[in-house]
Amino acid sequence: MLLGKVIGTVTPCIVYQGLEGVPFLVIQPVDKNKNPKGSPLIAADSTRMAGPGELIYYEGGREAALALDPWFVPVDHTIIGIVDGVQLELPENDQ
Amino acid sequence: MILGKVIGTIYSTINHPFYDAKKLLVVSKMDPTGKTSEDYLIAVDSVDAGIGETVLVIDEGNSARQIVNDTSAPIRSIIIGIVDDIQG
Repeated sequence: MLLGKVIGTVTPCIVYQGLEGVPFLVIQPVDKNKNPKGSPLIAADSTRMAGPGELIYYEGGREAALALDPWFVPVDHTIIGIVDGVQLELPENDQ
Repeated sequence: MILGKVIGTIYSTINHPFYDAKKLLVVSKMDPTGKTSEDYLIAVDSVDAGIGETVLVIDEGNSARQIVNDTSAPIRSIIIGIVDDIQG
């Protein structure tokens, strides 16, 4: 899983069967210091509670679909949880 | 499997039900010489690892699901060992 920041919402009018009602959010992947890294992507939200501005962690690939119910759906990134806090102690050669 | 160094903990109350009561650690990827890179991942801890420890991480879904004994768990990365020493 990786960290990301929710930067927007997506409201589709037609979705593939099984994805009805699933929230989709725009997330910006971040590095371990919470700085933006890479391009934004669209993720389904398995918590159904994340919103813009929140720090979340997300999973990609097959596991992304497994987080949803029904699970056999065409999804490649899913938000797994909302981060309350991150405690970081970076090694010396990393600071 | 990959080597990593635990650099942090993630606290989360709202999450997928599978992750209730699971310990999540931030792991910096590491090469065999001990040098950490910019890349990181968030992994479930199965061995009670702590910050600063060198760990062995599986970053593959089916293996991780086998360890947690749940074929439908949305999990890919799991810490499965604490490394004492690397030679060579």
